[in-house]
Amino acid sequence: MTQPQSAGSPPSRRALTLFAWLWVGVPLVYGLYELVQKARQLFTG
Amino acid sequence: MRPPVAPTGWSRWLVPPAALSVHLSIGQAYAWSVFKPPLESAMHLSGTESALPFQLGIVMLGLSAAFGGTLVERNGPRWAMTVALICFSSGFLLSALGAATGQFWLIVFGYGFVGGIGLGIGYISPVSTLIKWFPDRPGMATGIAIMGFGGGALIASPWSAQMLESFGADSSGIALAFLVHGLAYAVFMSLGVLLVRVPRTEGAPRAGVPAPLEGVQVSARSAVRTPQFWCLWLVLCMNVTAGIGILEKAAPMITDFFKDSGTPVSVSAAAGFVALLSAANMAGRIGWSSASDLVGRKNVYRLYLGVGAVMYLLIARFGDSSKPLFIGCALVILSFYGGGFATVPAYLKDLFGTYQVGAIHGRLLTAWSTAGVLGPLIVNRVADSQEEAGKHGQDLYGLSFTIMIGLLVVGFVANELIRPVHARHHIPAPREATDDAAAERRQSA
Repeated sequence: MTQPQSAGSPPSRRALTLFAWLWVGVPLVYGLYELVQKARQLFTG
Repeated sequence: MRPPVAPTGWSRWLVPPAALSVHLSIGQAYAWSVFKPPLESAMHLSGTESALPFQLGIVMLGLSAAFGGTLVERNGPRWAMTVALICFSSGFLLSALGAATGQFWLIVFGYGFVGGIGLGIGYISPVSTLIKWFPDRPGMATGIAIMGFGGGALIASPWSAQMLESFGADSSGIALAFLVHGLAYAVFMSLGVLLVRVPRTEGAPRAGVPAPLEGVQVSARSAVRTPQFWCLWLVLCMNVTAGIGILEKAAPMITDFFKDSGTPVSVSAAAGFVALLSAANMAGRIGWSSASDLVGRKNVYRLYLGVGAVMYLLIARFGDSSKPLFIGCALVILSFYGGGFATVPAYLKDLFGTYQVGAIHGRLLTAWSTAGVLGPLIVNRVADSQEEAGKHGQDLYGLSFTIMIGLLVVGFVANELIRPVHARHHIPAPREATDDAAAERRQSA
C-alpha cells in the first residue's frame, strides 16, 4: 500500500516531497512568527 | 471524477502537504475579523451586518460537510479539493465584485454561501485519504491537516491586514484585497489538487502497517443510527462548547480577572493572551491527536473532558489570585479544544472503519455548528445577566464556568458510554474474502 522513503525511491519524489513541504511550511512559519511577536505583548505590554 | 490512485513509489508523506495546502487556505475564515472594520466604514455597516459573511460561511461549512460527505467519499479527494478550490476562490472573487460595486449582499453570498461550501468540502476532503495512508498513525495524520485549519488564520490575519494597509481600506482597496486573496488561494490550493492520491489497495501491505480496509466497516447511513455516533457527537459538542467558553471572551476575561489586582492586564497584553491561546489551540491539534495514537482515543478524550473540567474549576476558584495559574489553565483548555477537533476523525475510524469515515466525519461536524451557537450564547448571556445584577470582575464568569464544568462532565459520561459498534451495523465482508475464508475453513477441517 505505502511506499517507504527508502534508498530505492526515485530522487524526483524526494525533491517533490521537499518542495511540497516548503510550499506549506514557509507560510506557516510566517504565521507562527507573527503570532510569537503578538504573544510577546502578554509579557511586555 | 475517478479517485486518483497513487503510482508505484508514491510517498505517503506527499499527502499531508496536499491536505495542508487546503486546510491552511480555508482556515482563513477565522481571520475574517480583519475585514470587518474596513467594510463597516466603507459600506456603512453595523458590526452585526459585517459578521454576516463569516456566520453564513460557518453555517455552510457544517451543512456542506454533513450533506456533501457521501459525495466526497464517492468521488475522491481530488474532486473534493477541486470543488473546495473553486468555491473558496470564487467566493473571494464574487466578494471583490461586491465590494467594487457597493453590493454587500454579493459579499454575503460570495464569501458566506459559495465560499462556505468550499470550507465544508475542503475541511473533510483529505480526512479519509489521510487515514487510509496512515492506518498506523491516523491521529497524527489528521492532526497535521486539522492543525492547518488553525494555522490558516495565523497566516491570513497579518497578511490580509498588510494588504489592506497597502491597498487602502476603502471599497476599491477591499475589492483588490479580495481579488488577490481569491487568486492566491487558488494557486496555493492547487498543490493539494495535483498531489493528492488514494493508496493502492492491492498487494501486500507494508510490514507493521495494517491494510486499510481491515476490521470493522460501517457505512455513513448506518453510523448515524448507532448510539456510538451520537455519544461521540455529544463528546465533540461539549468539548468545543467548553473551549469556546474561553475563546469567545478571552481578552475581556483576563482583563476583568485582574482588574483589581496590583498588576492589571493592558489591552495589548490581552491581545498577546489571545495570540497565545491560538498557539495552544494549534499545538493541541497536532500534539494531543498524535498522543492518541499511543494512549488510545477514549483515554485522550477522558483527559480533554476530565482534566478540562478540573482546569475550569481551578480558574473559577483560584484564577484571580495567580496570573500564571489563570494563563496556564486557559492554555490547557484551548489545547484540549484543538485536540478534540483533530482526534475525532481517528476516533471515528476506530469505531466505524475507513469505509466512509469522511462522510461520517462530515455528519459529526454538525456538533461543531451546534457548539458554535451554544458556547458564545452561554458565555455572553451569563456575563450580561451578571453585569445587570451588579457583579464585576471575576464574578461575571463564575456561573458560566460552572455551566462549562457541567457540560464537560456530560461529555465525559458520553465518552464512557462508547462501546464497539454492534455487528448488525457492519457492512458485509467482500464476497471473495468470505469465499476464501470458507475455503480455508473447509481445508483445515
